[in-house]
Amino acid sequence: MLTVENINCFYGHTQVLRDFSLAAEAGRILCVMGRNGAGKTTALKSIMGLVRPRSGRVMIDGVDIAALQAEEAPRHGIGYVPQGRRLFSELTVGDNLEIGLMARGSGDDVKEHTLDFFPALRERLDQRAGTLSGGEQQMLAIARALCLEPTVLLLDEPTEGLMPSMIARIRDVVLELKSQGVAVILVEQRVDAVLQIADRVLFVENGRSRDTVEAEALRDSPDMLDRYLGMGH
Amino acid sequence: MDFGPYFLLATLEGAVGAAVLALTALGLSLVFGVMRIVNVAHGAFFMLGAIIAWWVADTLGAGPMLSFLAALIISPLAVGAVAVLAERLILRRLNYNPESTIVATIGLLYVIEQVALMTYGPDARPVVAPIDFRVQLPWFGYSGYKLLVIAASIVVMLAVWWGLTRTRIGLMMRATQFDSETARAFAIPVDRVYGGVFAFGAMLAAIGAVLVVPIQQAHYLMGNDPLLLSFIVVIIGGLGSLRGTVLAAVIIGLSDGIISVFFSPTLAKIIATLVVAMILVIRPKGLFGTQSA
Repeated sequence: MLTVENINCFYGHTQVLRDFSLAAEAGRILCVMGRNGAGKTTALKSIMGLVRPRSGRVMIDGVDIAALQAEEAPRHGIGYVPQGRRLFSELTVGDNLEIGLMARGSGDDVKEHTLDFFPALRERLDQRAGTLSGGEQQMLAIARALCLEPTVLLLDEPTEGLMPSMIARIRDVVLELKSQGVAVILVEQRVDAVLQIADRVLFVENGRSRDTVEAEALRDSPDMLDRYLGMGH
Repeated sequence: MDFGPYFLLATLEGAVGAAVLALTALGLSLVFGVMRIVNVAHGAFFMLGAIIAWWVADTLGAGPMLSFLAALIISPLAVGAVAVLAERLILRRLNYNPESTIVATIGLLYVIEQVALMTYGPDARPVVAPIDFRVQLPWFGYSGYKLLVIAASIVVMLAVWWGLTRTRIGLMMRATQFDSETARAFAIPVDRVYGGVFAFGAMLAAIGAVLVVPIQQAHYLMGNDPLLLSFIVVIIGGLGSLRGTVLAAVIIGLSDGIISVFFSPTLAKIIATLVVAMILVIRPKGLFGTQSA
């Protein structure tokens, strides 16, 4: 569904991704793990075209979107929930959702369907996004991405700094999306969360994609976690 | 004339200045707010708007109303086209870098001024006002056209406000202003938004110039004062804040008009600059500023 093939990305003269590859499949959750600075966030940004690869391909539905403008990634159905939410905090909740709807010309039915996931947002459509609580902001960030009816959803540390009940809610939403056939790529630091939710785990090290393993197998191989993340499990 | 009527006259003159200044400064503020570009060539766009207005009126040779209306349409479009070219050929190639674009727009200012000098010449030339009537007050008569300028400015500003807050294009502009990277991630064509905003900002300056040219005459250096005052207004209002820009334009325009009538234009500029310094000491981000430049 979405494949990243040997991309190389740079910030100025510094290379941050080296021959990085991954494959996301419909109805499966791929977790991307690695130490801080390994290149996980850059990998998501390069899929979105926000960091342009100097070489390699980002293929979705047979189209290489790495060769196109950044605006093409969402138009091809890739939804993005960036690290730190990156809401348009001066705009209202409704405006943030409208921006998601505009990306692919989705209608109000999509908005209603999205709000069914997060009913708490329904009462706050006229409230400025920056005044929401941390958990509500994360809900809005996910809802905004869902408004473009994604076939692939990129989530960059969506549970960072949230209370357990909110983490559980987000996990349920991600699992629901998976059951609807959405391909999910999740960057996550928390090993327990990953093992609960992931179908496969891709380890990233120094900008390179290393092993991709079934989450099932990972639960029995703590040495792999130790090797890539520097922890026992 | 007694103080009261004289003060009323000075206030009306100030209000006309404020109306034109608000339009010009609004353009500068939009460009800074959305693109983070300090457009030093903004005054040149103002001047170009006035000169094209004169050229349209002179070439058409029709009655004052028809000539003026034609100028009001053609001049902003022409200036917008020049701005689009400048954005594509210069600013985009500089990747909208804040420092480089200051230098580039200084260069653009000189280029436009010199081209105007070479083609239009050093003379000041008027455009005939589209209407010729006086509103007779108990103490003095006042130009109906000047009152029309105030009304036209208010209409344009309300239209800009409506466009920014009630339309999809306005939403795209505001999203780009707050976070251009995330805007791209939601299919907002940021480069086209930048091009459109730069052109629209220049067009607002041109509209202000067309409105003012029956009062002031077109001249190749006429953009310098509006540029200086627009910078003052945008800084006082808060960089990128539209309501701050409008409020500051009213304050600066009125005070400039009143002090110019009672004392001298030079003193008005000195006081405006002092007001900037004082406001920046008390509120470093301006009246409504939310972020530092």
